[in-house]
Amino acid sequence: MPANGQRALEAQSALATVPRVPGASKPDPILVASSIVRRFGGLSAVDVDHVEVQRGSITALIGPNGAGKTTFFNLLTGFDAPDEGAWSFNGRSMGRLSPYRVARLGMVRTFQLTKALNRLRVIDNMLLGAKGQRGERLWASLFPFLWRGQEVKNTERADVLLKRFSLDAKRGDFAGSLSGGQRKLLEMARALMSEPELIMLDEPMAGVNPALTQSLLQHIKMIREEGSTVLFVEHDMDMVHDISDWVIVMAQGKIIAEGPPGDVMKNSEVIDAYLGSRHEKALTESGESLTTGEIK
Amino acid sequence: MDFSFVIGQSITQALGVTAIIYCLAAMGLNLQFGYTGLLNFGQVAFAAIGAYSIGVIVISFGASLWAAIPIGLLASVALALVLGIPTLRLRADYLAIVTIATSEIIRLMVRSIALRETFGGANGINGKMGQAFHDLNPFHADIELPFLTWTRQDLWVVTVGWSLIAIFTLATWLLVRSPWGRVVKGIREDENAVVSLGKNAYVYKMQALVLGGLLGTVGGIVWAVAKQSVQPDNFVPDVTFFSYTILLLGGAARVFGPIVGAIIFWFLLVFVGEFLNQMIAAGWITFLLPTDVGPIRFILVGLGLMGLMIFRPQGIFGDKRELALDAR
Repeated sequence: MPANGQRALEAQSALATVPRVPGASKPDPILVASSIVRRFGGLSAVDVDHVEVQRGSITALIGPNGAGKTTFFNLLTGFDAPDEGAWSFNGRSMGRLSPYRVARLGMVRTFQLTKALNRLRVIDNMLLGAKGQRGERLWASLFPFLWRGQEVKNTERADVLLKRFSLDAKRGDFAGSLSGGQRKLLEMARALMSEPELIMLDEPMAGVNPALTQSLLQHIKMIREEGSTVLFVEHDMDMVHDISDWVIVMAQGKIIAEGPPGDVMKNSEVIDAYLGSRHEKALTESGESLTTGEIK
Repeated sequence: MDFSFVIGQSITQALGVTAIIYCLAAMGLNLQFGYTGLLNFGQVAFAAIGAYSIGVIVISFGASLWAAIPIGLLASVALALVLGIPTLRLRADYLAIVTIATSEIIRLMVRSIALRETFGGANGINGKMGQAFHDLNPFHADIELPFLTWTRQDLWVVTVGWSLIAIFTLATWLLVRSPWGRVVKGIREDENAVVSLGKNAYVYKMQALVLGGLLGTVGGIVWAVAKQSVQPDNFVPDVTFFSYTILLLGGAARVFGPIVGAIIFWFLLVFVGEFLNQMIAAGWITFLLPTDVGPIRFILVGLGLMGLMIFRPQGIFGDKRELALDAR
């Protein structure tokens, strides 16, 4: 199934002329990162020279287990601090920004291990996502007339999103009573409540049954059609092929390939990274062999 | 054996000054632990700050009670900030360790011989520190209902105490059902998720720590005003643990949990104690001495509470479904 819709075509045509090399510059990047290094002891979990993410696209960040994808996500969103490097979002430098500020600027992430807020109801999970709530200030919270109107508007928006993600029947249930797949949906819907410009999904399809995966993929495409940019981590190549406009491949903390999904899948370095080359030939300049490189 | 005396004492104590103090401390823990998930194991430090502020400022420095109360509240905010600034960025356990240590440091400091001039050492501070409050007493006589006996002074303290609890309970209710309450409950469930949605969890945790500490401090102020005496050994860590017991008994993260918990806890404790005393006095129990009653009532009440935790772990007001989710 090709990624369809107006925005999909725009993104793909914008990316058509981009060279298929690691660190390629994009015509209209929303996120630009340079020389990001994160070391854990002697191990460089992330060592990215340069990467750009095209605005309005669905970009997949793939790589074998332990490639440093989630660590890279944590660095970009402020949940972890890099040893070196700088990056910008919408032209604004983002180094050393606390994670909540990153989110307020419109770069919102989800987590690999779903963080549904179990003892909050589904609708409260959703409302938590809304930005700029007056009632979240301590003093204002004591005077409901100050925030009631805003709360009603947010609730309407949350209900629309819940319906779209087929969670409307669960509206009043505790989030902890949802199935694993529903929690993934809830987390994604909750992130959308904050109307992010860039939504970063960490393994959105992990642990989700095939039927639900299809609907998840549709939701991700829908996010692009509404004008947001999607960057997601995944290690299942087939999923990536279906929805992404551009694929960035990481292995051993470095970006080893970039390009449209069709091209990347044929790249011999990528295949080696996933399957290991028969001769265990060195993948990186430093000569580390792939079979020893598990980072997680 | 005078059974009506046992009941009367139990009811009087269950609604009395001590229950009010513990109720306030437990209300603070409810905000911190019940709603925000902060493990404050030093609630007694906040009570001690309140009580000693009154004692020191009124008796040692001879200033007015009405100046001492706001100073006590400010000191409480300062203590919460000192505890919170280094620990609230770290995992929850750090706050627990630091608070319990701080509560002991404060007790040992006010007890120390070096500072006896100010804090009175092991004897504490005694004197009419609550006089300015008692001068306002509108009641003219003691109260002696069949099951309720208070002196005129106690009646005034109890009236004001329960009124304060009513006001704070209303405020808690408004807080926790607002978007602010939603954020702190989110932090209790998973701080990183809330941060990833653009909320500054650190500030919310600090607000909860300060507010909960202030409630404990109000408890300490009530203590000093009602008992006109503050002693260091009143402020042992047991006070914190009894407050937690009260909170869990009533049901954590329930607005009325601390009130019901405090009333039941003190009713049971006094009832068991007085009942045993009467039985010993009447010669029905011969294997116990009256001095054994103190510890044994705690053993019996403890057993009862264990039973409650086994058969109704969510407390009296809690929702069992909600508790089951926690185990996932």
